[in-house]
Amino acid sequence: MSVKVRNNVRVTGRADGRPMVFAHGFGCDQNMWRLVAPAFEDDHRVVLFDYVGSGHSDLSAYSPERYSSLQGYAQDVLDVCAELDLTDAVFVGHSVSAMIGALAAIREPERFGALVMVGPSPRYIDDEGYAGGFSAADIEELLESLDSNYLGWSSAMAPVIMGNPERPELGAELTNSFCRTDPDIAKRFATVTFMSDNRADLARVPVPCLILQCSADVIAPVEVGKYVHENIPRSELVLMRATGHCPNLSAPEETVAAIKAFL
Amino acid sequence: MDGIEDDFEELYEHAPCGFLSTLPDGTIIRVNRTLLELTGYGPGELTGGMRIQNLLAVGDRIFYETHFAPLLAMQSVVREIAVDVRRADGTRLPVLLNAVMRDDPRVIRFCLFAATDRREYERELLRARQRAERSEAEARELARTLQRSFIPPTLPEIPGLQVAGAFRPAGRGDVVGGDFYDMHETAGGWALALGDVCGKGVDAAVVTSLARYTLRAAPIREPSPSAVLSELNRTLLRERAGRFVTAVYGRLVPAGRHFRLTVSLAGHPHPLRAAGDAVGEIGRPGNVLGLLPTVRLTDVDVDLAPGDVVLFYTDGVVEARRGEDLYGEDRLRRLLGASRAMDAAGIAEAVVDEAVAFQSGLPRDDIAVVVLKIPA
Repeated sequence: MSVKVRNNVRVTGRADGRPMVFAHGFGCDQNMWRLVAPAFEDDHRVVLFDYVGSGHSDLSAYSPERYSSLQGYAQDVLDVCAELDLTDAVFVGHSVSAMIGALAAIREPERFGALVMVGPSPRYIDDEGYAGGFSAADIEELLESLDSNYLGWSSAMAPVIMGNPERPELGAELTNSFCRTDPDIAKRFATVTFMSDNRADLARVPVPCLILQCSADVIAPVEVGKYVHENIPRSELVLMRATGHCPNLSAPEETVAAIKAFL
Repeated sequence: MDGIEDDFEELYEHAPCGFLSTLPDGTIIRVNRTLLELTGYGPGELTGGMRIQNLLAVGDRIFYETHFAPLLAMQSVVREIAVDVRRADGTRLPVLLNAVMRDDPRVIRFCLFAATDRREYERELLRARQRAERSEAEARELARTLQRSFIPPTLPEIPGLQVAGAFRPAGRGDVVGGDFYDMHETAGGWALALGDVCGKGVDAAVVTSLARYTLRAAPIREPSPSAVLSELNRTLLRERAGRFVTAVYGRLVPAGRHFRLTVSLAGHPHPLRAAGDAVGEIGRPGNVLGLLPTVRLTDVDVDLAPGDVVLFYTDGVVEARRGEDLYGEDRLRRLLGASRAMDAAGIAEAVVDEAVAFQSGLPRDDIAVVVLKIPA
């Protein structure tokens, strides 16, 4: 199985342009970048992909061991970089992918020229002297919420969502057709994401870094964005007017402008 | 009926579901009476800058931001999201949410259906499914463990003879089948048993286990293969096993670089021997075990010379089926003839691979194979 198929890699834009890799966070897939990535196609080689276990990746390539920490996800990023032979890439990571990108850049700095972190958090759960915004009980509650909201995932739907439908007509019946995946994998990804603690890695980020911080983001509050900025040596913090956790969807123009200004 | 149901204000305020409108960022700008009644908030309490995210329990809030909001942005409509709303008094109200995003004016409209009983029912279903999945996993593990006890991980090393076994369970391997084989040292030589207990599941597994240890213990008293199989027949009837068994039993005695093989068949497919360019059957047919009080079984002696290969197999090989087409003994003979230059392990693997491939990778029956080869 090639990495291109495994990670549903899509390459667009200028073949000789500086590579730009867009990585989705927990909860969805590369569709998260549909309003942002096209704005870079004139000047960049734009790379989109799904982590194994998300979107239209090959779910059979998922292994609970490999993806039991963010390092496994960072390996997906490095696999994609190696497959496309990327160097000096701009890595744009949303949400948990911001930290996944940091881990990948620490491991293979030659691949990356810059990081753009959209709504990063190095640790979601509060700790002594650190306010991540959540308690362990909140994360338990999230897992329950995932359980009750993946009821629509049934054995009949699984092939449709996994992209090899024997009954394509089912696709039209999916209530919420985007961002669906196997509920077990989603729960594991949620656990890995919200239990992660990458505070110690921030100081080791080897490339210039842009932090895009939304107002009123309940997942990654402004204080957390500031913490990331203070701990990454060469970083720039931009406080956006956009609210919520997904400016890539709710405020694509502002997101594009901020990234272009940084580059 | 004009004039009775045309007051839109009344229709909105007292609709049978809660209505709530927000700005794109979630700031609540209008709610109906039903929503206030459901949540226990007073007029104006929700529309003073509060966001819908604040109405949700924390776990649901993360779900909202990571799943609900992206979906809504992408498809403008989201249905049947299950969340808990926090009431004014701190209690929780399980609801189902539907939402549409409108462009003009740029608002999100939600309706909330109280779903306390339904959600409790769904939770019960979920717990039942989780229990079922756990039981299934345990059953599968048990089947695999049992199966492993019927098929030894390695066969003994016999000087001057290559020995290899291969086994593939039926389907995905989550049901215990009845195929087994075993090989062990006896006085003056070696014994080989390979068989198939009719049926599947726990009952068949019990009989398979009985057959295996009987065939282990019997040669101590009964020297000839037919006598060993007769002993198994008596045991099956005495223990009222209720299932019949087919088996082949062989004794191997070294004689210089040759081996003398004595085989007896009980309702089981003939082993095949490749000697020179010829592939032929060995043994004489005998009765199946576990049905009749006395069985007719015959010992047949075969001299195995350097270069000879003997293939023992269960019917899962020759009865492999593709549509109406049976794999059959002819194909197996040709395969054995073509692969006899390989070592015993290579031949065993080739047979299993071909039988599995013939039925598109998902065998309907267990497949067990033992290959003996005297190196040339």
